[in-house]
Amino acid sequence: MEAQEHEWILRLADDALVLAQRLSEWCSHGPALEEDIALSNIALDLLGQARAMLTLAGGREGRGRDEDALAYFRTDSEYRNALLVELPNGHFGDTITRQMLFDQFAVLRYDALANQSVDLELSAIASKALKEVRYHAAHSSQWVVRLGDGTEESHQRVQESLNVLWPYTEELFEDDAVSQACAAAGILPLNASFKEVWSSQVQSILSEATLSIPESKALLTGGRNGRHTEHLSYMLAEMQVLQRTYPGAEW
Amino acid sequence: MVSDRIAQVERILDGIMDPEMPFLTITELGMIQGCALDEKGSVVIRLTPTYSGCPATDAIQDDIKTALKPVEPHFRIEVVHAPAWTTDWISPEAREKMRLNGIAPPEGTSVDKAFLLGKSQIVPCPRCASNDTRLVSPFGSTACKAHFQCNACAEPFDHFKCF
Repeated sequence: MEAQEHEWILRLADDALVLAQRLSEWCSHGPALEEDIALSNIALDLLGQARAMLTLAGGREGRGRDEDALAYFRTDSEYRNALLVELPNGHFGDTITRQMLFDQFAVLRYDALANQSVDLELSAIASKALKEVRYHAAHSSQWVVRLGDGTEESHQRVQESLNVLWPYTEELFEDDAVSQACAAAGILPLNASFKEVWSSQVQSILSEATLSIPESKALLTGGRNGRHTEHLSYMLAEMQVLQRTYPGAEW
Repeated sequence: MVSDRIAQVERILDGIMDPEMPFLTITELGMIQGCALDEKGSVVIRLTPTYSGCPATDAIQDDIKTALKPVEPHFRIEVVHAPAWTTDWISPEAREKMRLNGIAPPEGTSVDKAFLLGKSQIVPCPRCASNDTRLVSPFGSTACKAHFQCNACAEPFDHFKCF
């Protein structure tokens, strides 16, 4: 059980860490100053959530690995994030559509963790994170509506974003031996249990945005088991290069 | 005396300023969740971060260590996450200090969550007190603030989010 929960916390932490790293790439490249600041702030919240969870996972593991060891010295195949969060940022419409899809999921997951979990340390981290991701969700959802129901150009581009991203959402709701064991232990409900509420909330945002869910039947998955896109490898190369070249470097 | 050691630590903590708002102490912001002795006789300072990713949390821990080292040889800082920090813990005096320093303090309590859920909420201008203000951006200069502008006096200002 401990091994399974460790694995499960890494999934949660890596979703936050990898998306934080992606969003931080927007710093100084945002479409407007306010949005530059918004994306950086969201990245910072996610990074903080990841740090708390990696610290918890490392401490419980008892192998002397702290948050930095887990962030900087795991290879791509040891990362457990969903593929959705590692995809390149694309244009702002791509980034904010991905953000909305993820935020709406993160709210449900943290809510369950904060209010139902028997793991009190994890639920404490989640109760703070929940307030943060609710705020992110309000922001990203408003943007999807604004772009989707905006100009012909913005509508078309953000519809294309949705078409590309949609097949990656199914992975969020997949369950396996790890999530089943954690659900049975009362740590977190099955991922599949979030699907109905998520779908109806996302559908209502997309309707308001005049966007339509693509007909895709494709399912892109593998991140939870360490089978990632090449994008993660490049991202980690940049994120980890300093610590791998000068282990323990501080400033 | 045990109580003297705790009291001394608390007195020093009361003098540590928030790095982002140097007119407020970390105690006034509700970040200190109490001090106690552990079984080894060390003073344990329970510190709660405001936002998960607030970079000031590290700076504050450094400030606490620097301030306590000369007077209290045995202490440690424990970062606690539960209960989650809320702006409800910010004292009325601290809210008034924010206003005097040009920051609109959190309005109401986090329980009504109107702001958090994106509903419109009246945030009076800290400069002219007009209620005719508008949200420029839900994200501001730090994780805890949103960016507003006053329609009456045109002053742009930070709003400490109700959280």
